Amino acid sequence: MEINITAENRQLTVALTGELDHHAARKLMDSLDQLIELHLPSKTILDMAGITFMDSSGIAVVLRAKRRMEALQGALLVVNIPRQAARVLETAGMSRYVDLV
Amino acid sequence: MKSKTTNYITLEFLSRSANEAFARGAVACFAAQLDPTLEELGDIKTAVSEAVTNAIVHAYPDRLGRIVVKARVLEDNILEISVRDWGKGIDDVDRARQPLFTTGGEERSGMGFTIMESFMDRLTVRSGQGKGTRVVMRRRILPRPAGR
Repeated sequence: MEINITAENRQLTVALTGELDHHAARKLMDSLDQLIELHLPSKTILDMAGITFMDSSGIAVVLRAKRRMEALQGALLVVNIPRQAARVLETAGMSRYVDLV
Repeated sequence: MKSKTTNYITLEFLSRSANEAFARGAVACFAAQLDPTLEELGDIKTAVSEAVTNAIVHAYPDRLGRIVVKARVLEDNILEISVRDWGKGIDDVDRARQPLFTTGGEERSGMGFTIMESFMDRLTVRSGQGKGTRVVMRRRILPRPAGR
């Protein structure tokens, strides 16, 4: 799992590349926690265009990032979700909790 | 009903999370002989990843243990996958299969069994405390005309 970060005007964009499974999720969660703490963004965008596989570990990652952003009274947006990852998020009913674009 | 096995593989590995990608990748390669669509292949990989991750996280929470994945091609284009561990077992299988139920803390979503059930045609879970768990999943790959 590779992450690329852009931060400007209190907007943090995190572009994810690779396979997001349980093996990758723990490190990614820690990285997102640290990035949000460092930049204190009002909006965080998770760009999933580079995700080649995602299982339910990705749901836990998104929900944790959502909770961190809520603690800052900020927003989380998940964008460019590939078909396979979208099926996982849809099955979990994630559109009720997070803005998926 | 017993179906005739026309091909099979067996994988055995240690419950290290680095092996999750190996397991789903190997089963996907095996499933390719049934000519699945990309979506069907994605569903199979996801279901295998969920079952193997459950074994790694929940069966062996504080030690490494043995996991065996078997994939079989049955008659009528059916792929059957079993994931077996010899770990601590599940106290209450019905409760574990409920959406959002997890004993894995903030790192797990509790959606693993829900995804396996949704992405496969059939899911059976047998577990005994201290004896381990066997998850068996089936998915029929729809035959398609060449070039679809």
